Amino acid sequence: MNRMMAIVEREMRKFFRSPMLMIMALMMPILQLVIIGNAFGGKIVGTHVAVVDYDHGPQAVKVREAFDAVAVNIRTFSTIEYNSEVQAREDVRTGKIDAAVIIPAQYSRRVYAQDAPKLGFVVDNSDLFTSSALEAEMQSLVDAMNAPQVQDRLAKTIALEVVELYPYVNYLKYLLPMTVALAMYISVMIGGGMLYIDDKARGVHEGYLVTPITKLELVFGLNIAGAIKAVLSGICLTVIGSLIAGLGIVFHPIIMMQMLCLIVAGSIAFNGMMFLLMVRVDDPLVPRAMFGVLNVLLLYPSGAMYPAASFPKWMQAIGVVDPFTYVIHGFKAVLLKDGGWVAIWYDLLFLVVFGIGTLLIATPLFKRTL
Amino acid sequence: MSAANASSINGSPDTGVAPTAIAVEHIVKRYGDFEAVKDVSFSVAEGEIFGLLGPNGAGKSTLIRMMTTLIPVTAGKAIVGGHDVSKDPDDVRRTIGVIPQALTSDQDLTVEENLSIYAKLYSVPRAQREKNITAVLEAVDLSKWRKAQTKTLSGGMRRRLEIARGLVHNPRIFFLDEPTTGLDPVSRIAVWEMLNNLKATRNLTMLITTHYMEEADKLCDRIAIVDHGKLVALGTPVELKNSVAGANVVEVHFDRGDDAWQGRLEKMEGVASVHPEGSGFYRVITKSGSKTTMEIVELAASLGERLTSLSVQNTTLDDVFIHYTGRQLRDEQVKPVNFAMPPRPGMQP
Repeated sequence: MNRMMAIVEREMRKFFRSPMLMIMALMMPILQLVIIGNAFGGKIVGTHVAVVDYDHGPQAVKVREAFDAVAVNIRTFSTIEYNSEVQAREDVRTGKIDAAVIIPAQYSRRVYAQDAPKLGFVVDNSDLFTSSALEAEMQSLVDAMNAPQVQDRLAKTIALEVVELYPYVNYLKYLLPMTVALAMYISVMIGGGMLYIDDKARGVHEGYLVTPITKLELVFGLNIAGAIKAVLSGICLTVIGSLIAGLGIVFHPIIMMQMLCLIVAGSIAFNGMMFLLMVRVDDPLVPRAMFGVLNVLLLYPSGAMYPAASFPKWMQAIGVVDPFTYVIHGFKAVLLKDGGWVAIWYDLLFLVVFGIGTLLIATPLFKRTL
Repeated sequence: MSAANASSINGSPDTGVAPTAIAVEHIVKRYGDFEAVKDVSFSVAEGEIFGLLGPNGAGKSTLIRMMTTLIPVTAGKAIVGGHDVSKDPDDVRRTIGVIPQALTSDQDLTVEENLSIYAKLYSVPRAQREKNITAVLEAVDLSKWRKAQTKTLSGGMRRRLEIARGLVHNPRIFFLDEPTTGLDPVSRIAVWEMLNNLKATRNLTMLITTHYMEEADKLCDRIAIVDHGKLVALGTPVELKNSVAGANVVEVHFDRGDDAWQGRLEKMEGVASVHPEGSGFYRVITKSGSKTTMEIVELAASLGERLTSLSVQNTTLDDVFIHYTGRQLRDEQVKPVNFAMPPRPGMQP
């Protein structure tokens, strides 16, 4: 036991003596959170839409007033006056503007006559995000204009009543679970992957192997140290990330406890996985080569950024055995939904079983000799 | 080939009643078809400094790694401190201290932390730990640097720290794999002095691998010469030198590289062997250095040959190595480069 703790002590002392390493392990995921969170703000704003009005009638004015309302309120787009439909189309094509609305001649007359009035909408559909947002916005404007001036006391059409269970989740909040998981993973990748193989290559392990330390003590010492580093990283990221994202819920004692359990279980799982991958590796270049690829291979199938249900079956299969899936699911359940223990017990169970299982496979593979 | 077969010198220590600390019997290490260590046998008495001398790749480190339980033995037996390395590796590990070839102390930790962690790995009780650390730091003259970070130490100091680390649990047997490789001459001599002091004060048995002749000569009570995985000679430095015919080595450099000098030198009285080294340079092993020197000078004068240099030395381990392996140890490390200055412009050929 003392020998195992000596390994843990050595690893932790080294960790705290390398402030730059600690800063990089924490700063990179925070930067990622801030940059991606702001880059994918959730709403498209500030686009430019050309308005070509060939009608100039009262109904055309009504359309343009609706556009002005959008421009000053939700700011999805602002309008630019064009005289020529051809010029507007050309500017959409060349990217000077994002879309163009054509109000045809006789539009107002057709509205009053209920003679199939139409508004033209030219959109650059090579940009899916912007075109979808503009189309949705235009459709809601058209729906609003189609609504009768005087509503029936009892609605005759079917209405969808949306109930949002949780307060608005912006992208920063949405990405926080992924960021915390990523920080833990980076910590394990550096501590359990790169530094472990570097120590092996430098002959540090040779020093251990000539002492009476047992294989189990050595394996568990290295893994406990790796898990502690990941836990510290996870806690720091949870606190700092929550402050940045404005998630005050994390400071509730029960939430804190649930997050701590998930961080510990996730750290055990990540560390076990990394130790299994590295147990027979001797070349220091291998973990460096694996770093970027493994990151993508594990993070994306987990559904961290996009729902896993929409992935092909083989990607979903990776997600089933991927510890990222359960860590991120658990974090989302706690941080964004306050789902309680019932929402995370399976994640906790999987992560602990996965961590112990990988360690049990890796231990016999670990060589007590050179 | 075992040491006993390798030469006329005995493979067992001639130390009277001193018990055996290390006994290696017909040990073999194979990697696939390659035999890195070939049927080596020797024993080391308690309190002895035993050297394994040989070029890089001779199998010294493989031998030491088998004795320190780092790699499994393919065949044969090694008993260290009374324990079989294959059957009781943990008991062997408790008995020994090991200094690997590379400097492996943690640079981010202090000197004291490095020692403390190793003391814990050897389960040294807390009360004893502090005393041991103080004692070993004193022994290697690093007490002043106790709280210093290892990365601030010089190469020689780091090597001393490694030695302290290997001693922190008071081992009976100490293995040092090329302990002075990479050190400057001053640091090397300091390490030799320190090891001699440790031997005297702690009654340690030491097994050292080295490719430095001088180190083996000055430090070791007995030396085993290893080449291509075989033990080719074993004995005290004096025994090994005496085993080579001739007591002196005359090194002579003639101005003109005349091949006929090989035969002339061999015919001289008392000359045991002549080793031409190129460009008119010869190493002559002779029973009487002064007599052979006189003969060379007289013969050169009579033939009108000019001598560039002439020196007489006692037989060294280098000569012993040449005698047993047919080549120089330093040939393995540095290949000579033939370089001729281009003629200056206008200079007559």
